[in-house]
Amino acid sequence: MACVPGLGRNRTKQGMAGMATTFSLNGEKRTVEAEPDTPLLWVLRDDLKLTGTKFGCGAALCGACTVHLDGEAVRSCQIQLRDVEARDVTTIEGVKGDIAAAVQAAWIKLDVVQCGYCQSGQVMAAVGLLSQIRKPTDDDINKAMDGNVCRCNTYQRIRAAIHEAAKTLPG
Amino acid sequence: MMPLHLKRVAYPVLIAVLAVAGAALITTPKTASVAFAEAAPADLFAPVAAVLRHPRCMNCHPRDDRPRQGDDRHEHLQNIVRGEDNMGFVNARCNSCHRDENNDFSRVPGAPNWHLAPLSMGWHGLGDSELCTALKDETKNGGKNVAALVQHMKSDALVLWGWKPGGTRAPVSTPHPQFMKELKAWADAGAPCPAAKP
Repeated sequence: MACVPGLGRNRTKQGMAGMATTFSLNGEKRTVEAEPDTPLLWVLRDDLKLTGTKFGCGAALCGACTVHLDGEAVRSCQIQLRDVEARDVTTIEGVKGDIAAAVQAAWIKLDVVQCGYCQSGQVMAAVGLLSQIRKPTDDDINKAMDGNVCRCNTYQRIRAAIHEAAKTLPG
Repeated sequence: MMPLHLKRVAYPVLIAVLAVAGAALITTPKTASVAFAEAAPADLFAPVAAVLRHPRCMNCHPRDDRPRQGDDRHEHLQNIVRGEDNMGFVNARCNSCHRDENNDFSRVPGAPNWHLAPLSMGWHGLGDSELCTALKDETKNGGKNVAALVQHMKSDALVLWGWKPGGTRAPVSTPHPQFMKELKAWADAGAPCPAAKP
């Protein structure tokens, strides 16, 4: 897997003028001044200091940077700042509600996490899946979670935990 | 006045040059339009088919639920599938990663409205006759008549991306202006389809 360190941030250092972009982040209105093509991941981690969202590959290959944009899971390394103007961004720090609580409880119950690096992305993806398919099949889970890579190979526990969370949610 | 000894050399050379030039004019390759005019109607679709079969086009026209990637048309990594609206499944929507333009940093390709062609417009593996018939079938192609098809391939941003795919991706081999001439020649001839091979 190709890692692309320094994505976007290099352009900032070349002196391109920043622009103010306002969006909702975890329910709070935030304004960020940066180049419009700065990846959202960089804005979250470097500008807003929300480091729960992880950098994995920078090329939409691993899912570690998964956040929600208007409730849908997206790769924050590919979403540019201009894409989020006046929209709702939710990160692992701010995800909440019945589904998030069910996922969190299932993750703890089944002790899903090993090293944990990918897990914020896994949790955001799991919440995204259960938000749209309340009782997912194994096939649904395979399709929805395949893009979230886990180097510790916790896939079986992730699948079990999604089913476990689904059991606790009303149909 | 040219000295006589030079005339003796120059005239034969001049005659030879004129002869070669004349022969070249007579045997000049036919222009594209002449070639179209003289092509058998059923042959007019062949250059169009060649473009439609390029990986930049065909990768998003599969006959199954898996988009393809690369010049070898391998199945899209990460188990990406069509989804109900041809724009991916939950968590793996096309626009989760493919935005309105190529990402020069991550090399993820992008163009407006990035999506799979509907299953009815699956072309992979079709022969020229089947491909031509499917392309024109308004019950399969979203209700486009031939003129609308020509316009679609002339101006749709996602189609045009195939000629400027960015990164290390190979663009469609036929230049777009030439393709439009070939497409229009086919359309102007009544969009004939070649006969199906037995």
